[in-house]
Formats: sequence, C-alpha cells, structure tokens
Amino acid sequence: MDTAHAHETFATGSVPVAASLRNAFVKFGAFTAIENLSLDVEKGSFYTILGPSGCGKSTLLRLISDLVPAASGDVSILGKSTEEARLAREFAFVFQDAALLPWRTALQNVELPLEMGRKRGVKIPVSDKSPTELLELVGLKGREHALPHELSGGMRQRVAIARALVCKPKLLLMDEPFGALDEMTRDRLNLQLLQIWEETGVTILFVTHSIPEAVFLGQKVLMLQAHPGRLREVVDINLPYPREIKIRDTQEFTQYASYLRELLETC
Amino acid sequence: MTVAESAGVELQMQIDEQRLERRRKIRTIATPLATVALLLLCWQFGVRIFEVPKYIAPAPSDVATTFVDKFPILLENFWPTFYESVLGFMAGNLAAILIAITFVHNKTVEMAFFPIAVFINTIPILAIAPILVLIFGAGLTAKVVIAGLICFFPTLVNMVRGLQSVSDQSLELARILSATKTEIFWKIRLPSSLPFLFSALKIAATTCVIGAIVGEWVGADVGLGALIIDSTFNFRSSLLYATVFMSSGLSVFLFVVVSIAERLIVRW
Repeated sequence: MDTAHAHETFATGSVPVAASLRNAFVKFGAFTAIENLSLDVEKGSFYTILGPSGCGKSTLLRLISDLVPAASGDVSILGKSTEEARLAREFAFVFQDAALLPWRTALQNVELPLEMGRKRGVKIPVSDKSPTELLELVGLKGREHALPHELSGGMRQRVAIARALVCKPKLLLMDEPFGALDEMTRDRLNLQLLQIWEETGVTILFVTHSIPEAVFLGQKVLMLQAHPGRLREVVDINLPYPREIKIRDTQEFTQYASYLRELLETC
Repeated sequence: MTVAESAGVELQMQIDEQRLERRRKIRTIATPLATVALLLLCWQFGVRIFEVPKYIAPAPSDVATTFVDKFPILLENFWPTFYESVLGFMAGNLAAILIAITFVHNKTVEMAFFPIAVFINTIPILAIAPILVLIFGAGLTAKVVIAGLICFFPTLVNMVRGLQSVSDQSLELARILSATKTEIFWKIRLPSSLPFLFSALKIAATTCVIGAIVGEWVGADVGLGALIIDSTFNFRSSLLYATVFMSSGLSVFLFVVVSIAERLIVRW
C-alpha cells in the first residue's frame, strides 16, 4: 500500500518491506560498529532511531545507503541489493549539515541529483513534482534563487529535504537533520516533515539524539545500544497521526519519553 | 502620533541611517588618502629644508613633473613589462592549476614532485633569473618564465588545498548519487577550489610584475626593469622614482583586475 493513510493500520504478516537487514555486521578494522543486526522496515513507515553515541546510528544509515559495506549478512532495499537500489535512486539521504553547494542557488541545489550519475548507468526517476514545486512544498516559495549563505539554517535544511525528494525516493534516510537547529525551527520542520511523509508515502528512517523528537515523529523507535552497536529494542509509539505539537503535553507521550529515557540509560 | 506621522519619522530615520552610512564610507576612503597626502608633504618640505640633492632624493613635485614629461618613454617601457607580467601570470598559474589537479588525483605524482616544487620555490628568484636568461636568451621568453615561476608555488599550494576543501558530506552525497570522478571534479571540487585559487591569483597579480622586472634587470634593453637600471646608473633619480611608481601602478592594476574577476565569479 502506497497511500499515506496506511500508516496507522499496521497489517501483520506479509507487509511490503522497504528495507531489510539480516544478521548484518559492519566492521572498521578490528572495531565492530554494528553487530548482528536484523530488521525489517515496512513500506511507508516512519522509524526513528535512538541510541547513545557510538551505537552505530549513523553507520546503520550508511550501511543501508551503500556508503559502508556489510562485513557479513544481508541488506536489501525493496528486494534489491544496496548498490542496485543506489543506482535506481530508491533512497535519498539528508545529512546533519545540509551539505548544499554554496555556489548554487536553492533551486540549482535541488536540481543537482538530476545532473549526476547518468554515466554510471543511473536512470534518473522523474518526480511528479518539479524542483520549483518541491521548494514550494518545503515552504521556500520565492527563495528559489537565494544562495545558501543567504538562507537560515532551517531553510538550508529544507532545501536539502527538497533535494532528497527530487528523484522521488521510496526510502528517505535522515541523519540528525535537525540536530543543529533551534527548538522552534525544529518543531516547525518536524511538523512539515510529517506532512511530507503523509503526502508522499515515503518510508523514513530518522536518526536523532532527541527523545521527544523520536517519539513525536516515529511510529516505531529503534533503540540501539553501543559497544558493539546492536538493536536493543523496538518501541511502538501508538499515538495517532496527524500529530500536533501539543501532543507532547499528553500523558501517553510523557510515558513513552520516560520509558525511552530509562532504556537509553541502560544502553 | 498618526500613521502618516510615524511613517514620516521612520523615513527620516532611514535617511539619517543612509547619511551615517555614507559618512562612514567617506571616512574609510578619506583617512588613508589624507595620510598619503600628509606624508608627501613631509617629503616635499623635508627635501627642500634639508637641501637634499635632487639625484639622491627628488621631491614629489620633481617626480610628478618627470612623470608627465617623460610619459612617452615610461609608456614605451611599460608595455613590454605588462606583456611579460601577464603572460607569466597566465603560464605560471595555468601550470600550477594543472599540476595541482594531477596531485589531487594521483598521490604518487604528488609524492614524487611536491618536494621538487618546494625546492624550486626555495631558490631566490634573483639567483635563478640569470640561469633562465642563459637558457632562454635575452628575449621575451626568459622574462615570462621568471614571472611564471614566481607565481607558480603559491597557486600550486592553494589550489591543492582548494581542491581538497570539499566536505565529507558533499562527497558522500556524490557517492549516493553515483557520481563519476569527472562529475565530482567539475561540479564539486573545481567550484570549491575557486575561493582558494583567487587568494593565490591575487598574490600572483603583484608578484608576476616583480618577476618580469627582475628578468629585465638581468638582460634587457626595454621594459620598466631596464629603465630602472638605466636611470639608476645615470643618476636620473626623478625618472627612477617615476618608473618605480609606474611599476607599482602595474601591480595595482593587475590586482584590481583579479579582484573584480573574483567578485564576479565567487559570489558565495
């Protein structure tokens, strides 16, 4: 199911899977960054990833996005190997700092993925939305021709999100994208991200340091533990969508947050 | 206060702000100009009061008179130096840029040739100039090579740094987009290096003139360098000063051209 409203009705049994890991290990020399991780990410779902530093949160995203190889085990995205998925532009990555090219305007930065990779045999998927429309979707109408240094940190991150959406990915990997932003901007971008998720039906894996952010966004929170990086627990967040900021004042929200805090302390 | 009044107040504040801004700008220009004028005055009166002979230190007014009177000679010698400087600037920087690109893409080449580049840079330009004149003769080529050589090293070092200044995340992004090395070079590395390149080009814009003049000292009968030697040995001090002034004018001109190009190209 591709529609956004499928999110709440979690089917059991054979759900379509966006990303799947089987006994995956990642090693950097003698150091084991990820140990024996198995995981299925349902299509169209929103997972947030929490864990102490050194637990391999970023490495997990880099493993899925074919930036680091698995030492052993299987990783597949929509039934393809990570390399095939990369060449098919099945996933997109949003980094902690927006990683925009400073000499390109907002619009030209969004267009970058359309200009690269053809020589390696990438068939660039066309999004149903144009780069201009994507900038509008992230709330940057009228700033298409601004250079990154003329934009605020939050706006730059919005450009990065629009750039990630330009090839219509099925899986969006986000590595602490809002970590460097102030609280208000972060709240606004969280709401906007949920909206984009509902509208596009994209699967999202979202790494964060913030427990409230993890609970607010995710259908499930993956808790990783450090040394070596392992999946500790998957916590279902049974809060209805669309979520609003004030949901954080509810008792259920606080319960999830304090449960995760206690869990994090033991990781 | 009515709306119109408050709008009026706001407008007045804006005008005040602009006036203040303009005054600040005038001050930043006027202060150095006034200092220069004052120093020239000190020089003028100092030379007159202490009755310094003209062939040792001419007064600014003498230099100015010579500059106007001898302008055709100055201009005649300006053009050769101008060509040598510009050609040397282009040759030296182009070589530096191309070698920097090779260094960045091939570590072995860098290991092999970087020490040689450092060694060449440590040889004083005055010491190597006669060698180059011996090799290339007293014509244009030797001066271009000397001017190019003096530009070469700063640009090489800055360009290598510039090409390596790409952030890890930009490279990860390129990898996720399955970009080829060529695409990464043209779309990411080269533009990233431009601010570094222009810092080096601004240095080169002034040093290439030094190179050309040093080349002319060793062996030339035209050019500002030749004129400097000639007027020194003939005690034509006013002409010597006017020539020095002309040379620094050439450096300033090239520097301004590079700065304007930088402002047009590096807009981030």
